[in-house]
Amino acid sequence: MTVFDQLFPRKKVYINIPAERRTPTVKPIASVEESLDEVVQSPKELPNNLIYKCPRCTKQYFTKEFEKNEKVCPACNFHGRLNAIERIQITLDEGTFEEYQADMVSVDPLNFPGYKEKYAKHQLNTGFRDAIITGQGEITGNPVIIAAMSFEFFGGSMGSVVGEKIAYAIEQAIHSKHPLIIFSTSGGARMEESILSLMQMAKTSALLSQLAEERGLFISVLTDPTLGGVSASFAMLGDVNIAEPGAIVGFTGRRVIEQTIRQKLPDNFQTSEFNLKHGQLDMVVHRQELKSVLGNLLDMHRVTPSVVEGF
Amino acid sequence: MAGEASFEQPLVQLRTKIEETKKFSAAQKVDMSDMISKLEQEYTTIEQSIYENLKPSEKMQLARHAQRPTTLEYIAEIFTDFIELHGDRSYGDDLAIVGGIAKLNGLPVTVVGHQKGKDTKDNIARNFGMPHPEGFRKALRLMQQADKFSRPIITFIDTPGAFPGSAAEERGQGEAIARNLREMASFGVPIICIVIGEGGSGGALALGVGNRVLMLEHSIYSVSSPEAAASILWKDATQAHRAAEAMRITSKDMLELGVVDQIIVEPLGGSHRDTTLQAQFMKDAIISNLKEMLPMTPHQLKMDRCAKFRRIGQFMMIGSPNDNAVSSSTTNAKLQQNGLKVN
Ligand SMILES: [Zn+2]
Repeated sequence: MTVFDQLFPRKKVYINIPAERRTPTVKPIASVEESLDEVVQSPKELPNNLIYKCPRCTKQYFTKEFEKNEKVCPACNFHGRLNAIERIQITLDEGTFEEYQADMVSVDPLNFPGYKEKYAKHQLNTGFRDAIITGQGEITGNPVIIAAMSFEFFGGSMGSVVGEKIAYAIEQAIHSKHPLIIFSTSGGARMEESILSLMQMAKTSALLSQLAEERGLFISVLTDPTLGGVSASFAMLGDVNIAEPGAIVGFTGRRVIEQTIRQKLPDNFQTSEFNLKHGQLDMVVHRQELKSVLGNLLDMHRVTPSVVEGF
Repeated sequence: MAGEASFEQPLVQLRTKIEETKKFSAAQKVDMSDMISKLEQEYTTIEQSIYENLKPSEKMQLARHAQRPTTLEYIAEIFTDFIELHGDRSYGDDLAIVGGIAKLNGLPVTVVGHQKGKDTKDNIARNFGMPHPEGFRKALRLMQQADKFSRPIITFIDTPGAFPGSAAEERGQGEAIARNLREMASFGVPIICIVIGEGGSGGALALGVGNRVLMLEHSIYSVSSPEAAASILWKDATQAHRAAEAMRITSKDMLELGVVDQIIVEPLGGSHRDTTLQAQFMKDAIISNLKEMLPMTPHQLKMDRCAKFRRIGQFMMIGSPNDNAVSSSTTNAKLQQNGLKVN
């Protein structure tokens, strides 16, 4: 059993994950083999704990029950974090997903101390190649270009791979004229790729200017947490910006602000609800209503001649 | 001379020695000109070697030097008839950003830049060059105005970063930066950006989406301040010098990584030693780059800018040899350097 099998015991082939994807790849990283042995010998605990304790209301559930509920606490509606595969699985119509650029990995462009090792560890622990999965699929029958990030991979940080995959997905949206939906979750730029990470903000935003010029629809869904460089680029540039309840969304993290202004910030600071109140979001949508809200929005943007004629 | 950085101490000591020798020579009426000229020679040699071999953390000190010329000083030197314009039209006038219309050899252009203060009082008013959202929106308004009237845009980048405060978050710091990135990419006029001091994170990039990005020799450009990077990477902000080395923040690094197009040399010892000369170097660079872009159509200018940023990034594909992903030539070189096969 792999991680994904355990996470989705009842759902079969919602998306096709290539067989080799199930074993993390470390091939691209040349000088890391020694440290890998170490990691392989002490694999991270898989989520096999039977009981899940909600971090907000502290109620306890069977983990299976929590997962069946799309990782939302049935008692207090706390939204747990989903990774890219889980997100795509609950969002797209069954069997419609086709992945783009599945084999893309980082090259440690700056030869940054410790990056290769850290990257390999994240690949091993999560089964992902980087912090994002992109592709195309359908939502209630509407074709879409989709991108979903994983916070569990390197804090969802944006380096060259995330930037390139977003850029490519936007290009596919431009060429296909299908709407683009990006599910963000990120701690910000990937420090280990330094300035190249910063430049991914300009790269993705520049592509979005082209999508805007083509009048392509972009729906941005911000999930917990979306911070730093991702919030200061594509994530805040949706025609419609949606966030999940309780998600932390902002540019500078709370801790840094508290240190700067030397005072404690309110508990609700930078939550979705806080951002909605301050005009940064269009709506806050419960995870279990998200798919139908997206479906409705997509419908609204598919005005065919027959709709106009029938008016 | 005042405000020397720590790596300039050998020069300070030598200068003191020279002055003392001169005084001694005059007081005692002894001819010591041989010794003095030897010391002066030594001074020149040490001076050159220091500035040619600055470590990233030392460049950081120069880039943040209290006397380093700011945007308004360069505007006064490079342009004529500057008319400063104010405000974002929705919230306020952020003094951490300045901008307006000016003439460059007679050609009207729009100039926008981060503005650090020249003394404590000024720095408080300028918020140390760290903009709030209204600063980025003021910059955007002025650039949109430039686009409307077909004026080239020149930006000066010099900020530790966007201001990390709660009011800034409430007013949409992330959105303000993001929108600047998207809109700058869309303009049909030439945009030249010059990093003149500190190019700190998203707050710097928000004025940085140009057809040409130039950088003064000793300025720095980074994803976050080395202090912040050190605290993220090693939970220790005092490791900033270590982060500065690892992060590759110098103008030479930026040129190699394809992030900037040209380095503008600084007078020996840094821009603050001769603002007028520095401004002349910058003016020459602006004019030569602008001359290349003036014949381009609005569409060409936009596509040129988008293509420039589309290329930045290094990654590789594993497995399938004919994947549809692009990988830049620099990537390929890097892979070969690491002994990896390139498709
Ligand atoms: Zn709960």
